[in-house]
Amino acid sequence: MTTSQTALPTRQAMDDDPPPPRPRGQGLPAAGFLTPFLLLYVLFIAGPALYGLVMSFFDTSMVKPGLSGFAGFGNYTEALQSADFWSSLWHTIWFTILTTPPLIVLALVLALLADRVKHGRWFFRLAFFVPYVLPSAVVALIWMWLYTPGLGLIETALTKIGLTSPNWLGDPSWAMPSLAVTTLWWTLGFNFVLFLAGLQEVPRELYEASSMDGAGPWQQIRSITLPMLGRTLTLVAVLQVIASLKVFDQMYIMTSGGPNFATRSVLQYVYDSGFTNFRIGYASAVSMLFFLVVLAVSAVWFAIVRRQEKEV
Amino acid sequence: MTTMTTMSIDTRMKLFNRICAGVLIAFALLWLVPLAWAFDTAIKPNEETTKTTWWTDNPTFSAFGRIINETDIIRWFGSSLFIATLTAFGAVLTGSLAAFALSRMRFRYRNVVFWVVLAGIMVPSQVLIVPQFREMDSIGLLNTFWAVSLPQIPTAIAVFIFKQFFDGLPKELEEVARLDGASFLRIYARIIMPLARPAVAAVAIFTFVSSWNDLLWPLLVLSNPDNMTMPVGLATVQGTFGIRYADTMASALLGAVPLVAVFLLFQRNIVEGIAGSGLKG
Repeated sequence: MTTSQTALPTRQAMDDDPPPPRPRGQGLPAAGFLTPFLLLYVLFIAGPALYGLVMSFFDTSMVKPGLSGFAGFGNYTEALQSADFWSSLWHTIWFTILTTPPLIVLALVLALLADRVKHGRWFFRLAFFVPYVLPSAVVALIWMWLYTPGLGLIETALTKIGLTSPNWLGDPSWAMPSLAVTTLWWTLGFNFVLFLAGLQEVPRELYEASSMDGAGPWQQIRSITLPMLGRTLTLVAVLQVIASLKVFDQMYIMTSGGPNFATRSVLQYVYDSGFTNFRIGYASAVSMLFFLVVLAVSAVWFAIVRRQEKEV
Repeated sequence: MTTMTTMSIDTRMKLFNRICAGVLIAFALLWLVPLAWAFDTAIKPNEETTKTTWWTDNPTFSAFGRIINETDIIRWFGSSLFIATLTAFGAVLTGSLAAFALSRMRFRYRNVVFWVVLAGIMVPSQVLIVPQFREMDSIGLLNTFWAVSLPQIPTAIAVFIFKQFFDGLPKELEEVARLDGASFLRIYARIIMPLARPAVAAVAIFTFVSSWNDLLWPLLVLSNPDNMTMPVGLATVQGTFGIRYADTMASALLGAVPLVAVFLLFQRNIVEGIAGSGLKG
């Protein structure tokens, strides 16, 4: 943290008075240092991004070379009129709605609790964070077994306490919540660690001073911890929304977008249009529409951060 | 009077902290159940997995042996290790070089370059799969490790983390070297990089883990079963085990082992890396 706070002033000082030994002529060595990164960046990020934008205006096909016929906004209007596009976009948004609040609130609550516990923090980090480093395929295999009708641990546990359990992944209305629970287990640790780091930035003296004044634990959390955590909270929220919007793996492995397309995400729609139906021009247009959604979320975050900075 | 109130607040605090610890332990144990159950299933004989009890009279590790013999899991491990290592190495090298230029050199368009790089953070990699696939197809790299690794190397976040770290190092460090006429490359290799171990660790671990875990992109470009990565291999064979649940769980756990090992070895770097990169915003 100290590093980032001192970073800006040093840079500015550097800009104002150039160091005497090499006042200019650093363009060439700089180009040398930048080339490896920029070359790969242009070839594999910026280039494809522009190529994708161009393709989205053509009837490009996977099985034909070249761009094929110009389509204008045809791909976009087709996507916007397609029920499949809207339902897959809705599935992605529904998944985001189901996962974001618990992933933020539960991670925050657990981090608040862990911040008060003095011993054994490594154990909590281990328990919550280990799932996060696992490949999606591993997570999916384990949870498909937990959800197996008739044999799964979850159904067995529910039966034992007298509840009947639905066919988690097989019932169209339960499939998405089931995927959300799996995702909660898988990625909670990341937010937990972010919050824990944010909490460590809160000066301990504030707590000590307030308990001298007779503040109880709830008051401390309400009037010290949460306000001090504002920036971390917006950061976690935006990272979480974007991560949830990008969902693909869980559905692809656990439900293949089913049952009856009830869990097909927008990225799987891109995958299906491009790599199953070979319509990569159309798939590019859908990608661009999805990119606009992500961009909108980032813009909202940027506006919130700006406002927070003004308040400070 | 005052002592009385402070004492009661003290005991209240203590009680509150106890409850906190209790709730936290309950959640942590709950979080461990899926992995414990997977392990429990894997050490049962396949026939016993339908009984849904934790206890088994015949614990065995034979399922792990079967997976290693019957599937290409060792090969997948090799592919993933090679690709993830190459990606992490490439990201550290190219990212730190670029960040060094942005942090330590004066040249025109420096801010433009920085903003162009930052814009890359905004573009979700998934948006690029279609054009990237076409590109790899036309340059004949499909079904090679390069096709998986190359697009993952230029990560804007790596440049950002390195630049942040370099900006925090005092300029006096290299001024003497510069007066002696040392080249930028020498300053980078001998002075700056040795000090940047925490940033190197953070970038290397994160690119390694995210490259290892990536599913969609390697699934598209590696259609040949011989060079599949671990996640693609696991996702592909998952249906073939049928009701052999012990085998399925053994394959999942074998797929988990490398990353759990990475986590246990680099726990501190990972946690500090997340904290550092997360809070800079």
